[in-house]
Amino acid sequence: MQKSFSQKRLQEWIIERCIYMSGIASIIFVCLIFLFLAKEGFSLFKNISIFDFLLGQKWYPISTPPFFGILSLIVGSLYVTLGATVIAVPIGIASAVYISEVAPPRVREILKSGIEVLAAIPSVVLGFIGMMTLVPWVKNTFHLSTGLTAFSGALMLGFMAMPTIVSIAEDALNAVPKRYKEAALALGATRWQSIWRVILPAASSGIVAAVMLGIGRVIGETMAVMMITGNAARIPDNIFQPVRTLTATVAAEMGETVRGSDHYYSLFAIGIVLFIITFCINLIADFAVHRKAK
Amino acid sequence: MIKNPYFRERIAFTLLFIATAIVVLPVICILFFIVKEGWHAISWEFLSQMPRKGMREGGIFPAIVGTLYLVFGTLVFALPLGILSAIYLSEYAKDNFLTRMVKLAIINLAGVPSVVYGLFGLGIFVVFLKFGSSLLAGSMTLAIMVLPIIITTTREALDSVPQSFRQVSYSLGVSKWDTIRHVVLPHALPGILTGMILAVSRAAGETAPILFTVAAFYLPRLPKSIFDQAMALPYHLYVISTQVPNIKLEVRYGTALVLLMIVLSLNLIAIIVRAHFRKKRKW
Repeated sequence: MQKSFSQKRLQEWIIERCIYMSGIASIIFVCLIFLFLAKEGFSLFKNISIFDFLLGQKWYPISTPPFFGILSLIVGSLYVTLGATVIAVPIGIASAVYISEVAPPRVREILKSGIEVLAAIPSVVLGFIGMMTLVPWVKNTFHLSTGLTAFSGALMLGFMAMPTIVSIAEDALNAVPKRYKEAALALGATRWQSIWRVILPAASSGIVAAVMLGIGRVIGETMAVMMITGNAARIPDNIFQPVRTLTATVAAEMGETVRGSDHYYSLFAIGIVLFIITFCINLIADFAVHRKAK
Repeated sequence: MIKNPYFRERIAFTLLFIATAIVVLPVICILFFIVKEGWHAISWEFLSQMPRKGMREGGIFPAIVGTLYLVFGTLVFALPLGILSAIYLSEYAKDNFLTRMVKLAIINLAGVPSVVYGLFGLGIFVVFLKFGSSLLAGSMTLAIMVLPIIITTTREALDSVPQSFRQVSYSLGVSKWDTIRHVVLPHALPGILTGMILAVSRAAGETAPILFTVAAFYLPRLPKSIFDQAMALPYHLYVISTQVPNIKLEVRYGTALVLLMIVLSLNLIAIIVRAHFRKKRKW
């Protein structure tokens, strides 16, 4: 039987409402995430000042009296992130340039699928492999008492940030109009000169976005970092000592907390810190991309 | 100082090639290594039995089943929401402030650290909505995490359907929603499928979001309802490689291999689907 016209209108109206609702769902989820982190996390600041939390050097959440200073964790995250960035950014951008500008088409496809495979490997598997291979290697090569160090974490995370950096930088390079390159070549530039002087500057804002998103990936990484950085909550003297990151602290300690305790709230407060950091990084990356669009 | 530009080019390209090799070669090594070490552990018994003696013996069957349940649950929540959201962005949204905010929110959802999703899931689903640590809470947490993947891929698929298809449909008097349903969506289906598979592979491999929302340390039975805890492969691998001493290496590598196989084969299917339909496309 044919549906009457008004029935069909009603059906369509309902569907379109659903579509509008789903459309703004992402905004709602971002707000909900912040709301629920804040709801639990801010309870901590009834008992502890926000300065003691951010700048305190002692993280002894279960001793009496407990200390909830996350400075050593922030420094831990910073060490690992800086190390990973130093490794990943030059190599990542160089690979992106090779894949998009130098490699012949067949090789390009193979390299791209290699990078896609790397992006697909779960972080817990990479952490496990890191424990089995990288950690003993670091221990023996640098004659350390343990291979579970910030350096091992930085190496592994640098590696894990590659897919993000390479694929986004490659998109940015591909988006550079072909005529720029052709003009440079027509003027007698070598291919390398046209890449270095013309294509890279033209793609710079996209590359900035790639670097920012790569850093965001590194800061947020949890499992691999927890498995290979040693998890010692103190400020390290150098990169060859164990560190503990913000993410690893949350993942490792949440299972042992009592719901409603200061320790429980403090882990949510760390969640707020992480959320704000990644939020800012994503904003910067987004601005970089949109500057290019104009 | 080297003056000859062609010689410089050779040096530069060699360095670029080395950088690329540094990225890609370890990937091959890792795959080779896990397959080589984990191969012996894989047997029918390993895949189909409950773990015994504190996970030191027996198989990983409940972890595999738990992961399958979780992935299915994730899709149930994420797929409709993600596709409708992409339809909104691609077909309905005007170029205004709200749309800009929606896009920014999606980028942010994609960038939120996975462990923060775990905290969020714990706060809202486990505690606030009182689902407890359960398949339901875990699936919903993972669903919000994979939402950006589904939205972005679906949107690309919808955007790639030529505008003229829509115009022809409108000119025949077809309404907007019927045009989307009968003209746009069928052509976008391969892209949507790709997004779905990538979301599944992400959900299957993530550990941090399920740590406090569903994962059971050791549970040698299958979950009976959506309010049950469950074991999951990635968490199981984490547990047996860091928390339980004296486990045979073989078991660890075997678990890693099974997880890797599931995730990579899903990705492979996604790549094949994409390539197949790209070739078939007529516009």
